[in-house]
Amino acid sequence: MEDEVVLLDFWPSSFAMRVKIALGEKGIKYKCKQEDLFNKSTLLLEMNPIHKKIPVLIHNGKPISESLIILQYIDQVWNHKSPLLPSDPYQRSQALFWADYIDKKIYSIGRRVWMGKEDQEEAKEELMQCLKTLERELGDKLYFGGQNIGVVDVALVPFTTWFYSYETCGNFSIEAGCPKLVAWAKRCKENYRSVSEALPHPLQIYEYVMELKKRLGLV
Amino acid sequence: MGEVKLVGTWVSPYTYRIKWALKLKGIAFDYIEEDLCNKSALLLQYNPIHKKVPVFFHGGKPICESMVIIEYIEEIWPHNPLLPTDPYERAMLRFWIKYAEDKGPSMWMVGEGQHKAEQNSLEMLKIIEEKALGDKKFFGGDNISMLDIVLGLGHWLGGEKLLEAHKLHRLHVWLKNFKQVPVIKEDLPDLDAMLAYLRRQREMSPATH
Repeated sequence: MEDEVVLLDFWPSSFAMRVKIALGEKGIKYKCKQEDLFNKSTLLLEMNPIHKKIPVLIHNGKPISESLIILQYIDQVWNHKSPLLPSDPYQRSQALFWADYIDKKIYSIGRRVWMGKEDQEEAKEELMQCLKTLERELGDKLYFGGQNIGVVDVALVPFTTWFYSYETCGNFSIEAGCPKLVAWAKRCKENYRSVSEALPHPLQIYEYVMELKKRLGLV
Repeated sequence: MGEVKLVGTWVSPYTYRIKWALKLKGIAFDYIEEDLCNKSALLLQYNPIHKKVPVFFHGGKPICESMVIIEYIEEIWPHNPLLPTDPYERAMLRFWIKYAEDKGPSMWMVGEGQHKAEQNSLEMLKIIEEKALGDKKFFGGDNISMLDIVLGLGHWLGGEKLLEAHKLHRLHVWLKNFKQVPVIKEDLPDLDAMLAYLRRQREMSPATH
């Protein structure tokens, strides 16, 4: 019986991009359904009734939500190639720690940066601190996963397509503070088709952000 | 294989998760109580990112973040499993744990006299009761799982009357059974102290996602 894999997606979402990269790396065929988050489909509401959010991976009719949980599921089920997590339990725990760190910080701080309200300066500082911490963790490695991308790379790289928006809305340069991290992002896109295909162009994200800001009455 | 150490604090539910998990698996460990008002050099060295407890050591190597620790423990000592082996069941359990963690602070609002917050909390409890527990004895089925531990450390420890009053009958029965599990029964935390600790934490940290 062939596997049926469907992804409920929203193209600017960094969380959904993570899943697309993972599916790409594993060579899994899937149907991608675009959601309009201002007009959620009945399928989305049925498959993720608790949070009503994307991404949702539907595998043979069974839904899984929360991007890091989806990544771990994908890694466990399709374990024949491109492992996302290290096989050594200790290394795995370190990878999960950093993926969790990215989850706790980047989205919410980044949001405060592009929204441009009174806490923007504070948010910019926090963002740079987090990115510098991650840059230190990367060290001299090619990728967070070592010689190949792993779960930490997959968790972080989608946010890099939002860097231009953070920088423009916040009037600062991420590359100036974290050149190695920006270089790492370039490397991921150049060497991994799954990454370059999953990430929209930064200008497209910026256009989306400006539209969102208009909708929210912030411009 | 290496000695096992846990650095924690008696008022932290996150520390309790690890203690109970280790005890349920019969793993011997050294426990070091951390004074959070005067954080030790040990803690700052091994958890420089978050500077929090618990920190778990196996053969001298540190691991932080309670759920990351639990996944590690489960892998090294798979007997008396706390997580399902089936990938889908495991994903569902992780989902509910995350749900409980994200909604946790609001869940403590039940009984605090803030009507709207109380309504939200009751809604969440009803969802958990219906979708995660159903007709099972424990969230893990016949035996307790990590989800039972995480939820058991919610303010419901001691909150039986509350569950009864709001007609969350199945959760009420679940809690009674949970507190009868030998490892749990012999090491019940001081709920009031734990709640006070969590409230202080919430006040201190900025808004999270």
